[in-house]
Amino acid sequence: MNKNLNSLINEPYKYGFSTKIDKETINKGLNENIIRLLSQKKEEPEFMLNFRLKAFKIWKQFTVPNWAQLKVPEIEYQDIVYYSAPKLKEKIKSLDEVDPEILKTFEKLGISLTEQKRLTNVAVDAVFDSVSVGTTYQTELKEQGVIFCSLSEAVKDYPNLIEKFLGTVVPIGDNYFSALNSAVFTDGSFCYIPKNVRCPLDLSTYFRINDQQSGQFERTLIIAEENSYVSYLEGCTAPQYDKNQLHAAVVELIAFDNAEIKYSTVQNWYSGNKDGVGGIYNFVTKRGICSGDNSKISWTQVETGSSITWKYPSCILLGDNSKGEFYSVALTNNFQQADTGSKMVHIGINTNSRIVSKGISTGNSKNSYRGLVNINRKANNSRNYSQCDSLLIGNKSNANTFPFISVHNSTSKVEHEASTSKIGEDQIFYFLQRGISIENAIGLMISGFCKDVFSELPLEFAAEADKLLTLKLEGSIG
Amino acid sequence: MILDIRNLEVCVNDIKIINNLNLKIKKGEIHAIMGPNGSGKSTLSKVIAGHPNYSVVAGDILFEEESILDLEPETRSHIGIFLAFQYPIEIPGVSNEDFLRLSYNANKKFNNAKEVDPIEFFTIVTEKLQLVEMDSTFLTRNVNEGFSGGEKKRNEILQMALLDSKLSILDETDSGLDIDALRTISSGINNFMTKEKSIILITHYQRLLDYIKPDYIHVMQKGKIIKTGNSEFAKELEIKGYEWLNK
Repeated sequence: MNKNLNSLINEPYKYGFSTKIDKETINKGLNENIIRLLSQKKEEPEFMLNFRLKAFKIWKQFTVPNWAQLKVPEIEYQDIVYYSAPKLKEKIKSLDEVDPEILKTFEKLGISLTEQKRLTNVAVDAVFDSVSVGTTYQTELKEQGVIFCSLSEAVKDYPNLIEKFLGTVVPIGDNYFSALNSAVFTDGSFCYIPKNVRCPLDLSTYFRINDQQSGQFERTLIIAEENSYVSYLEGCTAPQYDKNQLHAAVVELIAFDNAEIKYSTVQNWYSGNKDGVGGIYNFVTKRGICSGDNSKISWTQVETGSSITWKYPSCILLGDNSKGEFYSVALTNNFQQADTGSKMVHIGINTNSRIVSKGISTGNSKNSYRGLVNINRKANNSRNYSQCDSLLIGNKSNANTFPFISVHNSTSKVEHEASTSKIGEDQIFYFLQRGISIENAIGLMISGFCKDVFSELPLEFAAEADKLLTLKLEGSIG
Repeated sequence: MILDIRNLEVCVNDIKIINNLNLKIKKGEIHAIMGPNGSGKSTLSKVIAGHPNYSVVAGDILFEEESILDLEPETRSHIGIFLAFQYPIEIPGVSNEDFLRLSYNANKKFNNAKEVDPIEFFTIVTEKLQLVEMDSTFLTRNVNEGFSGGEKKRNEILQMALLDSKLSILDETDSGLDIDALRTISSGINNFMTKEKSIILITHYQRLLDYIKPDYIHVMQKGKIIKTGNSEFAKELEIKGYEWLNK
């Protein structure tokens, strides 16, 4: 049975191919000159360069955080390439002019950017290594006043918005990796939803790391003005290399009065081979602020990839009656390590938050939930409900839960539930005896376990997530 | 012959649990296997079902004249072998209905019959529910989760009826049941039984055999069948116990 289970959960990574393209890189290493060069390559205004230089100064004073339940090998920051972009002959006018190799890459990943084949209900921004190679439906969105473009474009085209909001939710000096990102971020997506607009399409960014030596430092900023709504999706994959690659992203969300942002992630970076060699180090700071009254931010994540994941999508509930949600499925296999969870900071009155975290660990992996619920003194009548469930498959994996709850208001209510269960051989035998294959058995148990989270995902993403977990956990057995 | 076990020897972690066991069962027969705790009764049922923790070191098990030792447990299910578990397993997050339908369809698929959609299945399963006197709310609950002892056992019998298995092995299906539940389950089993089917009842108690009449009663001890009798034999065992058989 163990043999069956093993062959089942060790399905090879499907997205491990790499693409040969002409690229423009700058020398590896990190210093002020590199940052200046990077900023210059991107033709950035002065304020952006200053932002980066300030961040670099702060970063140099930081030490690597070590409080997470992770064993992180030392990262040689001077050995990383901080800028790698596909070479463009001249400025392209339409997506059909993008290097066919890159278009092919995205097609292979199931994302078509060309006019004829693109998805009908989702606008996509495709980020390849350090730059965005194209965004679909830009014109259509613009008619509604929605801005959806790469962050690099936004820095040039909407400098006022960027200068005003970038770094306001995740300050440069928030943590080690946010400082690093602020110094060297290369691209990412920018979304701006104007007042009273319900964004007609789901917006989506697809991140692909291709280059072997480059790190990816993307940055996303989403602003939802009063009475607006947007659903944003993020997907990621990377080729299979023996060397570890660094990914340190920052995502900032801002919701004004009555606005709602729904942010969904399916993360499937390469997670290393079965012996734990290679894979992405994923250190991400994601935070949203419900700055307006009655605003709502909802994070949904399906984390299956990366060799190491360090990620705590959070909500600051500043506006009265604002709502924060976090729904997560984190699956770890082989030697993967994940330390992930959420922070809910209640500041306004009647604020409400909900955390549903499902961790699945198998192989020799480590999977930890780490969360903070903080109810401030003035946050009257606030509520939090947290539920953290862990599912273990096999005998060598490890699951931990670290909930921190801090309540400074006597009219508020906080609930926390946690459970740990195991898919045992007896359960599998029960399925088999009823004629149900091991693939279907595990698939059914996993879907059942993740039901509460998958139901929060946008429809097309839910199917993808289910498929992804199935891929990670299932396969033909000999 | 539906089942023919020949000189079977089974080990777990190199300890011999079943030793030179022989058993022949024909279509339409009910066999009861009794015996003291630890005599290998449950092991025998799991070995027939293909549990991977047990290794057959000698002998053979033939099902409809063909060896099943190389068949995967799910294939054994597909060809008509059913095991009602002594302790039915709880499967959180999976609804009984989904579980039953998947099982039903896997069986149909293997036998090249038409798989059914959820609506057709509902009709089929509702009819079978009556056999064990359960209502349809039973379907929406998770598999065995929070079921009482009696409900779990009824669920096993429901599955047996649904899969229409040729050989059903009921491992202590009567244990932990009150008189009413025992009566319901027994009548479910009796209604299921036909000339085309065979049943092995593993039990400690004579009282089950008041409801279901076996054709043969075997006493198992130290991994082998030491005595076989007819249905009257159970009464003798009830009075005398097993010890005297060793003399």
